Amino acid sequence: MLNTPWEKRPLRRVTLFAGHYGSGKTNLAVNWALYLHSLGHRVSIADLDIVNPYFRTKDSAAELEAAGIPLVSPAYANSNVDLPALPRELYEVVENREHMAVLDVGGDDRGAYALGRYTPSILAENNYEMIFVANFCRPLTRTPEDALTVMREIEAAGGIPFTAIVNNSNLAHATTPETLRATYAAAERLSALSGLPVMMNAAEASVAGEMAPGEAFPLKLQTKYFDIKGE
Amino acid sequence: MQEKVLMKGNEAIAEAAILAGCRHYFGYPITPQTEIAAYMAKRMPKIGGTFLQAESEISAINMVYGVAGAGFRVMTSSSSPGVSLKQEGISYIAGADLPALIVNVQRGGPGLGGIQPSQSDYFQATKGGGHGDYHLIVLAPASVQEMADMTVKAFDLADKYRMPVMLLADGTMGQMMEPVALPEVKTAAVEKPWAVTGTQMKRKHNIINSLYLNPEQLERTNFERFERYRKVERDEVLYESYLMDDAEYCVVAFGIAARVSKNAVKAAREAGIKVGMIRPITLWPFPTAALAEAAERVKGFLSVELSMGQMIEDVRLATSCRRPVALCNRTGGMIPTPEEVLEAIKKLSGGCEA
Repeated sequence: MLNTPWEKRPLRRVTLFAGHYGSGKTNLAVNWALYLHSLGHRVSIADLDIVNPYFRTKDSAAELEAAGIPLVSPAYANSNVDLPALPRELYEVVENREHMAVLDVGGDDRGAYALGRYTPSILAENNYEMIFVANFCRPLTRTPEDALTVMREIEAAGGIPFTAIVNNSNLAHATTPETLRATYAAAERLSALSGLPVMMNAAEASVAGEMAPGEAFPLKLQTKYFDIKGE
Repeated sequence: MQEKVLMKGNEAIAEAAILAGCRHYFGYPITPQTEIAAYMAKRMPKIGGTFLQAESEISAINMVYGVAGAGFRVMTSSSSPGVSLKQEGISYIAGADLPALIVNVQRGGPGLGGIQPSQSDYFQATKGGGHGDYHLIVLAPASVQEMADMTVKAFDLADKYRMPVMLLADGTMGQMMEPVALPEVKTAAVEKPWAVTGTQMKRKHNIINSLYLNPEQLERTNFERFERYRKVERDEVLYESYLMDDAEYCVVAFGIAARVSKNAVKAAREAGIKVGMIRPITLWPFPTAALAEAAERVKGFLSVELSMGQMIEDVRLATSCRRPVALCNRTGGMIPTPEEVLEAIKKLSGGCEA
């Protein structure tokens, strides 16, 4: 049972997912909240993404609600206006130490600026995991060096140093176990460059199912609108 | 096999433009296309290009006008309200016979509308948009891969015919992520003897202009330009024909609407309805001949659009109204579901057989 590396890592009260735009932070955040819930923890999830207008945590609202996981997201998320404002309830998620918190931070340094408002209380409590979500199949983070640059930019913008790396390399519907395995070396190189551990690999559940137990954290993906597969 | 990367549609446009040799981008941010500008802002300084966030869409398009006149590959991008602002400049670029790329990642309208996807700028893109007698070549990609491929094609067509080309996408195309094999560009350097690059005192100076003091000369220029448009209509029409060989009904849809409709066509086939689809890839020139040919043998058409019904007029014109043309549409940022399109196909086939 315990050959899954993510189970070996001590849980922190606040888990933050940040990374390059389109690295898969939102999917990871939603699935991590569901995972914590499955372990019996009280958990809340917050969407801090004020830069991506289309794909966001709120797309999983029904599933989170069914699991009894409170979701705090910007009031205008998924609406027809692009009004980057964060709701006051976010303080409750960040500061209420009675429950665990999962924070979905917006992409790149631009997205991480919004985190700064909550940084002092997260650092003061000092019980957090700040996860860098890496997708080495993205055009601007194909190398560990490029990913490190993004990592440093996000830390500078959000004011919280990363503590772990998740290799979430994927090509959306075209992802195979090979997609992930081909990027292990890049994740390890990023680990060496940054001094941070690779906490786990993550992949869509059917892809993770084709891999060895514990090789990848399985993700149930959210679908937007409907499944718009290609040809 | 070429290695694929995971890209947003907007990023694919930006990277493909760079691969096509575009080193000059001028724009102004607007959802849902801002990633094009953000990508250019990161990449252009690293490759010796220009990224400039203009003070408005109007200044951005006029910067495009200037750089196009100097003979360089140049582009701007925006979304619906911003593209409306650019129309004066686009007309000038067309009037001065300059190649340029304008990207419109459409959102709901009219007015400020909303940020969700739409196809309701079809009229604006294909019927002029700005003032005067002119056309844009209008390309309508339906996947992130096509966003990249069409961007390269747009630059080639613009240079070939000395005219502005519009890539007409929508919010979903801009925002969705799919694996992409970035195009290998084999563009031959195009001679641009008309460009204003300095005479070195060795030739007569060139003039970039759309003002004609003499009406006879303006008329002659317009006639000549439309001769070129006839060549574009003859040689550059692109469309995808899907299950049309034995089709009794024909769905017509482009972009995201075609992606949705393809699912519906498959489902309708499973239900025993002989339906196919024609997907215009060039919206101007419109695949008129393909639709006219289809009208010889199908019983009816269904135009699927994210608008109140704009392309449907071109479907009726292309088919000379010989067959009924029904509309299946959502608007204001909404997208028809495959089930809604399937229902419309069923209604059309039932109605026509009666």
